[in-house]
Amino acid sequence: MKISTLLYNFKQGLKNIWRNKMFSLASVATMAACIFLFGIFYSIGVNFEDMVKEAEEGVAVTVFFNSDATDEQIAAVGEQIKSRSEVAKYNFVSSEEAWDQYKDIYFQGNEEAAASFEGDNPLAGHENYEIYLADVSKQDELVSFLEGLDGVREVKHSEVAANTLSDFNKLLTLISGFVVAILISVAVFLISNTVTVGISIRKEEIAIMKLIGAKDSFVRAPFIVEGVIIGLVGSAIPLIALWFLYGGIVRYVADKFEFLSDMVSFVSVKDVFHVLVPVSLALGVGIGYLGSRFTLRKHLKV
Amino acid sequence: MIRLENVSKSYQAGVPALNDVNLEISPGEFVFVVGASGSGKSTLIKLLLAELRPTKGKIIINGKDLKSIKHKMIPKFRRNIGVVFQDFRLLADRNVYENVAFAMKVVEASNKEIKRKVPMMLSMVGLAAKYRSLPKQLSGGEQQRVAIARALVNEPKILLADEPTGNLDNKNAWEIMKLLDEINQRGTTVVVVTHNMEIVKAMNKRVITIKKGVVISDEEGEEA
Repeated sequence: MKISTLLYNFKQGLKNIWRNKMFSLASVATMAACIFLFGIFYSIGVNFEDMVKEAEEGVAVTVFFNSDATDEQIAAVGEQIKSRSEVAKYNFVSSEEAWDQYKDIYFQGNEEAAASFEGDNPLAGHENYEIYLADVSKQDELVSFLEGLDGVREVKHSEVAANTLSDFNKLLTLISGFVVAILISVAVFLISNTVTVGISIRKEEIAIMKLIGAKDSFVRAPFIVEGVIIGLVGSAIPLIALWFLYGGIVRYVADKFEFLSDMVSFVSVKDVFHVLVPVSLALGVGIGYLGSRFTLRKHLKV
Repeated sequence: MIRLENVSKSYQAGVPALNDVNLEISPGEFVFVVGASGSGKSTLIKLLLAELRPTKGKIIINGKDLKSIKHKMIPKFRRNIGVVFQDFRLLADRNVYENVAFAMKVVEASNKEIKRKVPMMLSMVGLAAKYRSLPKQLSGGEQQRVAIARALVNEPKILLADEPTGNLDNKNAWEIMKLLDEINQRGTTVVVVTHNMEIVKAMNKRVITIKKGVVISDEEGEEA
């Protein structure tokens, strides 16, 4: 398509929007509501995911060894742990380090009592691997794997914490997906209605175009432009609103609820919008494009 | 050239709108197609514009067989056929210039070309001075002139006119017929569907008469 034709179709698309202002406005408003809700769900989701991730990092699996386990066996277990994809990081804690940690925690301020164990490590044979998970839902799988390795005496883990976090994460993803799917359907339906009205208003013009020899793409283009512009405006408005709203809420919580901000840390506005802006714009434009394309196929036998 | 070979067209399971029609219209001819309402004239126009496909037979226009023409080739085919209707079909929200330019926009002509050709066409139909008028500010005859300018601006080889004088008084009807004759003199094949027998007789051109979907006569004018 020539540049002059593109410009012409762009102008016609704008004219379409202006001609049925009320429907266009309703579509922009619905699209804006959809993207706004999507943005809210996304912001909550991304913050929750961040909290879950932080909590997950605190969930550790500890592997203890038989008293007769050789250094080679312990090193081999270490290699096996390293090869697992669900493992974020792992540390080897020797029995001396384990005793030092224990002393730091339980003999703080009572160093004399600890000194009485001098030369005699009560945690001898307690060398272990501390494993931190990247994906807490795979904890059970990892535990069974570790229990089957040579030299392993015991694998300690917190099943409840892992399962709860993993289930909650799944539930949140499911709910968000469901709500977003409904919103997208509503937006597609409304844009489709707007384009249908546009087609009925321009019925005569379309008939003339076809008789004169307009290509299908030429007839369709203004309606596609209309849908895409509605999608674009409908996603840009809530993004601006969310930018101020999210920043405002984060600042408000930090100011007014200090105890809460000590417990949880919010994802920064920039980090949230780094993903939210392209995804929302793509959603808006995509819904606008698909909504008009779908309607054109149905109502415009070009 | 337009050629119809044993063309029939039926809508669902009814009486055929056209039945075994054979016709040949040579390049540069001026032909009237006459017949009462429901005789099949409109079906013939729709078939010639590839709006409908024949149920039986062959339609060949400018070397293209319309029965097998692909959907995406239809726009290109239609660019060689200008069409004028009884009700003018102008865009009410655009002025005379824009209505004619619209036909060129549709075929993706350049702005330079549009600026060159539209005033020429408007001069030819005698409306150069009214280029900024909206259709509602023009008489019926003037509106039909705009429609003719729009149909011709892309230089089609064939002009189809479906009852072009149906909405006009006698004076305007004659002016439009004279204009169509002039266009024909310049080499465009003109096919006029009408039931204004007074004009048909006075013009002395070839007349094809259709009755109940069948060509019952095909007479050359004295001029031919």
